[in-house]
Amino acid sequence: MSLNPSPRPPLSEAVASGPFESVERSAAKPAPAEAQPAVDGAVGYRRLLPVDWDRYLVRIGALLVAALGWHLASTYGFDFFVRFDNVPGPLVVGAEFLAQASSQEFYVHIFHSMQRIAMAYGLAVVLGVTLGVLMGRSRFAEDLILPYIEILRPIPAVAWIPLAILMMPTEQASIVFITFLGALFPIVINTVHGVEQTPKVLVRAARSLGASNAAILWHVVLPGALPSIVAGLAIGMGVAWFSLLAGEIISGQYGIGYFTWSAYTLVEYPKIIIGMLVIGGLGSLCTLLVRKACSPLLRWQTEGAKS
Amino acid sequence: MMPSQLTRAAVVEHPHSFRPRSAGGKGRISVRDLDIVFATGSGPQRAVASASLEIQPGEFVSLLGPSGCGKSTLMNSVAGFVKPTRGEVLLDGHSIVKPGPDRGMVFQQHSLFPWKTVKQNVAFGPLMAGAGAREAESVANTFLALVGLSRYANAFPTTLSGGMQQRVGIARALANYPSVLLMDEPFGALDAQTRSMMQENLLEIWGEFKNTVLFVTHDIDEAVFLSDRIVVMSASPGRIIADIPVRLPRPRTQELLTTPEFMALKRECLALIREQTLRAFEQQNQAG
Repeated sequence: MSLNPSPRPPLSEAVASGPFESVERSAAKPAPAEAQPAVDGAVGYRRLLPVDWDRYLVRIGALLVAALGWHLASTYGFDFFVRFDNVPGPLVVGAEFLAQASSQEFYVHIFHSMQRIAMAYGLAVVLGVTLGVLMGRSRFAEDLILPYIEILRPIPAVAWIPLAILMMPTEQASIVFITFLGALFPIVINTVHGVEQTPKVLVRAARSLGASNAAILWHVVLPGALPSIVAGLAIGMGVAWFSLLAGEIISGQYGIGYFTWSAYTLVEYPKIIIGMLVIGGLGSLCTLLVRKACSPLLRWQTEGAKS
Repeated sequence: MMPSQLTRAAVVEHPHSFRPRSAGGKGRISVRDLDIVFATGSGPQRAVASASLEIQPGEFVSLLGPSGCGKSTLMNSVAGFVKPTRGEVLLDGHSIVKPGPDRGMVFQQHSLFPWKTVKQNVAFGPLMAGAGAREAESVANTFLALVGLSRYANAFPTTLSGGMQQRVGIARALANYPSVLLMDEPFGALDAQTRSMMQENLLEIWGEFKNTVLFVTHDIDEAVFLSDRIVVMSASPGRIIADIPVRLPRPRTQELLTTPEFMALKRECLALIREQTLRAFEQQNQAG
């Protein structure tokens, strides 16, 4: 088919496609490569680059502008309502960060925080998804559990600290408990939401194909709820970090929250900012990991959106 | 290329798995004195009223009526989704209590599992019936070849056109070798050209399987072109007001649409439907 002047597909292809195909191909959505107009083609080509590098330039630039402002404000002792005279500049913080990064204790703090996150988050995922599915599928379960969720959900992590310390056997357990509570609610709420949105026609289709209730849960309800569950998992990870820090600041001997707070009491100001930035970085990293880990399960959604 | 060649090619391609079993005398539907009443906010509403209907195995019957007349409700009672308020619905002498793979359903649209590939969608029925993964896949391949979509086996449904999605839906329903195929306005959301292609191809596939088909539509041309019999339903509550045999020769092609016999049947249906549609309008006006 090297030289085929006519715009029609070569004969062999026309035969290979079924009886529907030859007529209906025009109705089908065109494959992106073959039929897009030239203008769109340019955009499509840029999309092929591994990242939108120009957009990342802007993002890095935005951060650099903030760092520059921070540097100037602390160097010249900016003092108008907000005071920068006690705030170390980015260069001082950077030097201190390098010092911390070569000390073992710094990593012990990070390790303790990550360990608490892993335990609390793992527990929250298992329990949150289970409760969410139960509530989404059974009206009785929803009526039973929803009152607790509605009352407990607005209570911030910090407010739990006194009771957690009173109730839990160890300090570690109380911090994990507070972190767990923070992650739990967004996961439950999003799972319920996703499960309740299962399209009725898909359940009917599955039933008429002979699916049992268990098969419908596994093949229809859960995959359908997955986009919403994944959103809940990502939000839950953010709230988990938020709650962890609250717990670590008040009690505990290790952890990045303790690191930050003790730096304040010991008047080691650069370490405060290092602690904050590490929290921000680790929180974002964990959320990114959750999204990346779930994205293969949502391939059907992204592929559908592309065409 | 003759379409029947394609199906034969599919047989050759999968000699072990593909047996277009005729339904073997199965697929008799009996609807007796059926009433279906729904509880609504404004009191009970009768969707189907005293409907009786006998469908022979291998018969292609269309339910024709104005929208909202209860024809889908009647079909859903055969599917097992809706319970009769009064009367009974039987399949081969057994009362229908729940949905089952002996009655394949094809819905109007958006009924494929979007998280499963085309092939996984078609393999779902055999898998639920206890087939092994490999066997289910081979059945899926066969039926995808039957509807001409082998090339799209690994695509996700949302990347396909509406017509192609409906073909996957038909393949999925047939993969369980149902004795009855229930089709609820399956081509209603398609454009006219695609629809007429789908109709011809449905008849070819049905020619291979010869299972009972109950086909809900409000399109008169479609009903006449496809069916052995057209059952016309009245505006709400849905009663059966006419049962019109269609004695047009098969195999049928698009040329049939302009023959005097076709026109005569169409005129007959049109008069009935027009009267019912006017009644439906009046009901709506009174209600509003």
